Amino acid sequence: MTRLGVPALSLTGLLLLWIVAAALTADPQVLPQPFSLIGPWLAEIRSGALPYHLGHTLVRVLWAFGLAMTLGMVLGLLMGRFEGLNRWLDPWLVVFLNLPALVLIVLCYLWIGLNETAAIVAVTLNKVPNVTVTIREGARAFSRDLDAMARVYGMSGWARLRHVLLPQLAPFVAAAARGGVAVIWKIVLVVEFLGRSSGIGFQIHLYFQLFDVGMVLIYALSFIVVMLAVEWLLLQPWERRARRWRAA
Amino acid sequence: MIRVDIRAKSFGDTPVLGPVAFQIAPGETVAILGPSGIGKSTLLRIVAGLDTDYQGSVTRPDRLAMVFQEPTLLPWRSALKNLTLVHRGLSRNSARDMLARVGLADKETAFPGQLSLGQQRRLALARAFAGQPQFLIMDEPFVSLDPATADAMLALTERLIAEHRPATLFVTHDRAEADRLADRALDLAGRPATLSPTR
Repeated sequence: MTRLGVPALSLTGLLLLWIVAAALTADPQVLPQPFSLIGPWLAEIRSGALPYHLGHTLVRVLWAFGLAMTLGMVLGLLMGRFEGLNRWLDPWLVVFLNLPALVLIVLCYLWIGLNETAAIVAVTLNKVPNVTVTIREGARAFSRDLDAMARVYGMSGWARLRHVLLPQLAPFVAAAARGGVAVIWKIVLVVEFLGRSSGIGFQIHLYFQLFDVGMVLIYALSFIVVMLAVEWLLLQPWERRARRWRAA
Repeated sequence: MIRVDIRAKSFGDTPVLGPVAFQIAPGETVAILGPSGIGKSTLLRIVAGLDTDYQGSVTRPDRLAMVFQEPTLLPWRSALKNLTLVHRGLSRNSARDMLARVGLADKETAFPGQLSLGQQRRLALARAFAGQPQFLIMDEPFVSLDPATADAMLALTERLIAEHRPATLFVTHDRAEADRLADRALDLAGRPATLSPTR
């Protein structure tokens, strides 16, 4: 009732709300009933279109997520540890934090071209500043006592990173990752909407022009299902494992 | 031989330590006595090489160990890993052996949070001696323990020092503790603090 029951019940509530809203709207052009989407959804899977576009979007999300987390963690760690570097890079961070996603996307397409590299670079650049800020907070909160311990006992740089620093950073990494995935896939859709010929965002663009609310919902919801699976099957189990020592 | 020759140490404009010089022979245990806030921990941090912002010089061996006021363990790693991760060359068997010698034989998979404060202190001692240190530094290792636990810890420390014979420097504000553990004791007093042979 706690770990699976509550989320299931809460999602059923959302579904009920949709059904009631669709019944009140009484116009499938505007808001179709959820069960009326099952047929087209299965047809879309069977034709291969949905898996194809979902796959493309997923690959872009994974690339951008991996790059943004790596760059953001390196930058955040360095900026949190070295105040001098932080003073130099902080203004840049503020600039990039406040640069609208759309501006970065358009500029990347203009400068790099309408290609995959531009798409992934645009998404990565949008996310790096947020990851950096979160990780920097974590790096600033490092325990000075453990630092002293690691130095006295001459722990190697790698051992220190893996066993002393990263465990302290784990809650911040989890927060950055959770916020990261959600934001990244939304930006990936915009990138696809504007300049790619594959992916969920491209399909949504297509069905937007055809005023097909049903298909827009099918594509969006399919990806949400994938993200829920990632959250429940990867992110939460990893977090539970990383937090084991606290519960003990 | 450990040589400490500090000429001065200050925090900003506030001088904390004046001339402080002493030597510790291999196997010798030296206690530094003084009231809290006099600069004992500052002196230890300089001797341990954690603070390099001072005038003077310190000669120390490579294999150091330090027991801090707090246990300062890795809370996210098991008791056994707290030994093997810190000491690269330490085998699991020697680590288990070390845990047994401080009375934590059945606790190797426990996280530090599952141990009592006394047990955490003993784990910190095990970590210090597991590396076969040439020089052991202890910063008030028996504070905030109840008298019985403190006495047991003191006895354990005495035994471990006798077995391993590292050069040992420890600070305390308790003269009885110093008399029991140390070959000689030095008083840290004044402002800025300097050393004088103990009464």
